[in-house]
Amino acid sequence: MRTFAIMRRVLKEMMRDKRSLALMFLAPILVLWLMSVIFTANSTTSVKIGTVGVTTSVSTNLDQVKHISVHHYVSQKKAKQALKADKIDSIIHKTGDDYSLTYANTDSSKTSATRMAFKTALTQANINQMKLQLGVAHQTIGKLQKTLPAPVQKRLQSQMPKQKKATAPQITNHYVYGDSNTGFFDKMLPILMGFFVFFFVFLISGMALLKERTSGTLSRLLATPVKRYEIVFGYMASYGILAIFQTIIIVMATIWLLGIEVVGNVLNIIVINLILALVALAFGILLSTFANSEFQMVQFIPVVIIPQIFFSGIIPMDSMASWIKDISYIIPIKYSGDAVTGIMMQGKNLSSFGLDIGVLLIFLVVLTFLNVRGLKRYRKV
Amino acid sequence: MADAVIDLKHLVKKFGKQTVLEDVNLTVMKKQIVGLIGPSGAGKSTVIKTALGMEVADGGSATVFGQVMPKRKLLARIGYMAQTDALYDSLSGRENLKFFAEMKGIKKTELGESIDHVSSVVDLQDDLDKRVSGYSGGMMRRLSLAIALLGNPELLVLDEPTVGIDPALRRQIWQELDAIRDEGRSILITTHVMDEAELTDKVALLLGGKVIAFDEPVALKTQYRVDSIENVFLKAEGEFK
Ligand SMILES: Nc1ncnc2c1ncn2[C@@H]1O[C@H](COP(=O)(O)OP(=O)(O)O)[C@@H](O)[C@H]1O
Ligand SMILES: [Mg+2]
Repeated sequence: MRTFAIMRRVLKEMMRDKRSLALMFLAPILVLWLMSVIFTANSTTSVKIGTVGVTTSVSTNLDQVKHISVHHYVSQKKAKQALKADKIDSIIHKTGDDYSLTYANTDSSKTSATRMAFKTALTQANINQMKLQLGVAHQTIGKLQKTLPAPVQKRLQSQMPKQKKATAPQITNHYVYGDSNTGFFDKMLPILMGFFVFFFVFLISGMALLKERTSGTLSRLLATPVKRYEIVFGYMASYGILAIFQTIIIVMATIWLLGIEVVGNVLNIIVINLILALVALAFGILLSTFANSEFQMVQFIPVVIIPQIFFSGIIPMDSMASWIKDISYIIPIKYSGDAVTGIMMQGKNLSSFGLDIGVLLIFLVVLTFLNVRGLKRYRKV
Repeated sequence: MADAVIDLKHLVKKFGKQTVLEDVNLTVMKKQIVGLIGPSGAGKSTVIKTALGMEVADGGSATVFGQVMPKRKLLARIGYMAQTDALYDSLSGRENLKFFAEMKGIKKTELGESIDHVSSVVDLQDDLDKRVSGYSGGMMRRLSLAIALLGNPELLVLDEPTVGIDPALRRQIWQELDAIRDEGRSILITTHVMDEAELTDKVALLLGGKVIAFDEPVALKTQYRVDSIENVFLKAEGEFK
């Protein structure tokens, strides 16, 4: 019962703190909206592609793609100079039957636009060529067939499809900056979502508990027969509710504002973010005991929060030293990011993320235990 | 001593290298108001916190209701008012009272009546629905005292309860404390106001980490051959130096 009383009180206090509420609910929407503006703007900017030795049929097709303009260069060297000078965004170089694509990749949307346009152009050119060849072949075969005896004609017809097999050109990609994973918004979003939940719950709950401690209400609370875990659970319940609403709002903003498709169940995303929020809460409460003022609480942001972004998986870790990879295993956002990515993009179920959820729950249990223990500093029983 | 509500024996408390309490002996009996006086920084609040189990003693023992502190369950029988007004200032006075009543485990059926009673003692009935952030210092002190009074605890532990409260209301509060004592309940109160010490049943003088005098106000005045507790205090402090 006391747990509920504490939950009601914390919620009441929160509802009256309009500024924190706005921070929790409006700030993520604002940031997402800004991102959506930036990313939509990018998709309509024109992309300039330099071509070297590309057949006219392909480059004409390229030029016909919306927002794409094609410039011809006589050599790869000239094209590279142009790329360096920012005159073009990417180079398509044909050697023999194969293509080599080089992207400046300073803007990932231009890279993907190039890739898409090239694919379209190539397919288009192939189809045209095939149509042409098919027409010629038909005529020739038709003429030949007539001059051959019937059994041979039959055999030929059965062999024909095999002969028509054309070898697909090989395409290699080169990136001046980063790699194919750089800056994909889609990839960032699930992690970003977790980050919003973690950041605001961590900060606001940490501040709330700090205030409770410095104002003396915690001592007063502990001078009643309340159990220590009832206090911690009361906080968990109230911030859990808050996190559910926050997640719903962020998911809605993601769907409506950014037009990003959520393949999986939104409910599953809420579950993951709820667990993450509880971890953030437990973390905030724990660290608040090491702070003596709100400013000191803010000082934890660069130490605790910022590294979360780096190790969360937004930046590919494959090429990093193994000890850096090891650090990512203690980053809660990495686990929620993994799970939400799978749910949002591949429509996976919660059961596919048993490990991620398990690790988050271990975090939660350990931190909660430490918090209940930690309150012993203010009352010995 | 079967009737001892608080019994402190050879209490020692250190903060780091500083020994705040050296050897404190103090007994609060049933149906008794005991005043704890001493200069600022003498360790009055520390005595209280150690007795309630919020600080752990480095030596000696603190017994409340015959049981060695700290003990969580006993806290339900104690009303504690800290020296600082620890209140939730975004909540109203009534919401604060209700919350702490729930924490103390007061039954829902008795909640309303209890809140009405304690708020009338401290004369806050008309301001109960205002937010605490709009309260004056004196009003906060009164609300804080009201919270301690909730649920008619058998023992009240009040740390400088009347600071910032005007004389008329202070008199009213003392009448209530007397009534509480007459009901058979006990009160341990610390104070800076010396004429308040005159109103207690027994006064303990805390100096140098020890209770150097512990007796009825009249007896203390005779012992020090002065006419007021204030002079007892000054004389004792002078002798101590
Ligand atoms: N938590 C604490 N940590 C360190 N020193 C403390 C702590 N609490 C009190 N003290 C010290 O103990 C002494 C007595 O404090 P206190 O009991 O508040 O005095 P009083 O209530 O008589 O004014 C002071 O010197 C104070 O600095
Ligand atoms: Mg004090």
